[in-house]
Amino acid sequence: MAEMTYAEAAKQAIVEEMRRNRRVFVLGQDVQTGAYAEVLPEFGPERIRNTPICEAGFYGAGIGAALTGMRPVIEAAFSTFCYSAMDQIVNQAAKSRYMFGGQASVPLVIRAFVAYTVAFAAHHSDRPWGLFAQVPGLKIIVPTTPYDVKGLLISAIRDGNPVLCFDDLTLASMRGDVPEGEYTIPIGLADVKRVGSDVTVVAVGGAVHRALHAARMLEGDGVSAEVVDIRSVAPLDRRTILTSVAKTGRLIVVDPAPGTCSVASEVAATVAEQAFTRLKAPVVRLTAPDIPVPFSPNLERLMFPTGEDIVRAARELIH
Amino acid sequence: MRTRCSIPEKTLQEMMRRMLRIRLFEERASDIRVEAKLPGVLHNCIGQEAAIVGACMALRADDFLTGNHRSHGHPIGKGVSLAPLMAELFGKRTGVCRGKGGSMHLADFSAGSLGESGIVGSLMPVAVGAGLSARLRGTDQVCLCFFGDGAANCGPFHESLNLAAIWKLPVVFLCENNGYAIHTPQAQTTAVADIAQRAQGYGMQGEVVDGQDVLAVHDRVVHAVARARDGSGPALIEAKTYRYCEHSEFGEPADPPPYRNEQEIAFWRARDPIELFLGRLEAWGALTREAFAAMKAAVRAEVDAAVAFARQSPAPEPQALWEDVFI
Repeated sequence: MAEMTYAEAAKQAIVEEMRRNRRVFVLGQDVQTGAYAEVLPEFGPERIRNTPICEAGFYGAGIGAALTGMRPVIEAAFSTFCYSAMDQIVNQAAKSRYMFGGQASVPLVIRAFVAYTVAFAAHHSDRPWGLFAQVPGLKIIVPTTPYDVKGLLISAIRDGNPVLCFDDLTLASMRGDVPEGEYTIPIGLADVKRVGSDVTVVAVGGAVHRALHAARMLEGDGVSAEVVDIRSVAPLDRRTILTSVAKTGRLIVVDPAPGTCSVASEVAATVAEQAFTRLKAPVVRLTAPDIPVPFSPNLERLMFPTGEDIVRAARELIH
Repeated sequence: MRTRCSIPEKTLQEMMRRMLRIRLFEERASDIRVEAKLPGVLHNCIGQEAAIVGACMALRADDFLTGNHRSHGHPIGKGVSLAPLMAELFGKRTGVCRGKGGSMHLADFSAGSLGESGIVGSLMPVAVGAGLSARLRGTDQVCLCFFGDGAANCGPFHESLNLAAIWKLPVVFLCENNGYAIHTPQAQTTAVADIAQRAQGYGMQGEVVDGQDVLAVHDRVVHAVARARDGSGPALIEAKTYRYCEHSEFGEPADPPPYRNEQEIAFWRARDPIELFLGRLEAWGALTREAFAAMKAAVRAEVDAAVAFARQSPAPEPQALWEDVFI
């Protein structure tokens, strides 16, 4: 075990996979001078590949390389930049396998930051996991700890399908223990980050840590909260969520993305359809409003569900 | 025996055969569609066979190609078998894409055909990636990227040319310029006369070739492929050609909008790529009229067999709906 940050653990996963498999390479803007500068001498500029600022072009190049035997990792920078490559992600990466009757596979990883609460304003602050969850053929992971990001990214690189990895930038400097060497965490498994019996809090991304904070506060009230980290938005681990709700009878879903047609909505609908009779109270969704992210910190801080919001919602559900 | 153009006679005949395979395949598909036996929409490339075959026959079996929405001809040009293509148009289980892709999404990975796309320009960056992959895997494969004059005004065209040029990738961009983006003439959409001029802006070679002349196309693409293969980088070749058919065929046959005139159509029909090539082969003694007729009959029989195969093939099982979303 070594203690390291989320960002270091993520990079370690990719660098270790590059050492194990020559088909793995990185492409994106400024990768040679940025996160991968120290391994540039080891791998060279062919495998640590700087790109021009042309998302459709270099995402498509990643897809073409993946279709023909390579395993590219695209460093996308901000999640909103992905929109410039929407056609490539949605029409080519996600659909090629199905549309060509199983002839194709697109073993591609796209890593994108979700940066919010840092006054980057509307063009750099989206949390678009729910938007991409509407695209069949994509896998979507949202790791929340250094341990998880390393294991999930190794799985993503080895996966035969396109995987979007959203890195919540609020977690980048978070520290935690990470095993040396290889281990994998399966894509499609949620993680019970804290066991409890009175209320289930299902959360995604940085909201998982707000939920854990809330659970500690609730403990003082004698309320036992179970925190389920979604971890994989697609495929969504419905079983773990349903099992938890069957135990607690209460559900709060916390998602920093806008609420309409969101991952939170999908979790709520799943529980309403499949565990309605186990519910002791209505489902609560705590999400961002359907509003672009404003610049002013005084406005932006009103956008996202907080630990206090979760505590308040849990108290209302229980009393 | 060698002809005056230095291409073996057998190769010349194979060029003709592939042009016929494209034309007769599409003519039959069109007829069947009108009989309401084919689902969906067709975008035929009849009239453009010389550009397709001239380019495809410059490739090695292990080279890649990408197409677009008007793309029945591309895998045929690379020599794939017709029956699974026709079965795909029928939406059958035996289709090359198991009935999941249809006319706009034919792909035959066994022949290096990496797919076709209903989105104009969308596969151009993917072609760049195939070239990049060849480089990174240490092979000397080349990717031939077909696109149209319409795609030349999309962002991905520009991004793809730039990427392929800065990375010196083995990609040959082949523009089938048929003069129209759907119904809009090139003059309304493009300020330069030749798409090939744009290559210079990306630091690569660009040239215009007579797209009705299969040997002219072949000669320039052979040259470009050889350069790409030896590491000298990409090229853009613009084949000036013409689309005999309408942009697409869907629903009941209807009169097209009046966007092109009789003289223009007559001019291009008089430069039919198959007739032009036949005239030359006859003059060289490389293919007689009789041998041509026999070749055409054989191709027609192949198309007949493909149609019979498609008709007799079962529909996909309902279970197939759920298959191949993920590996």
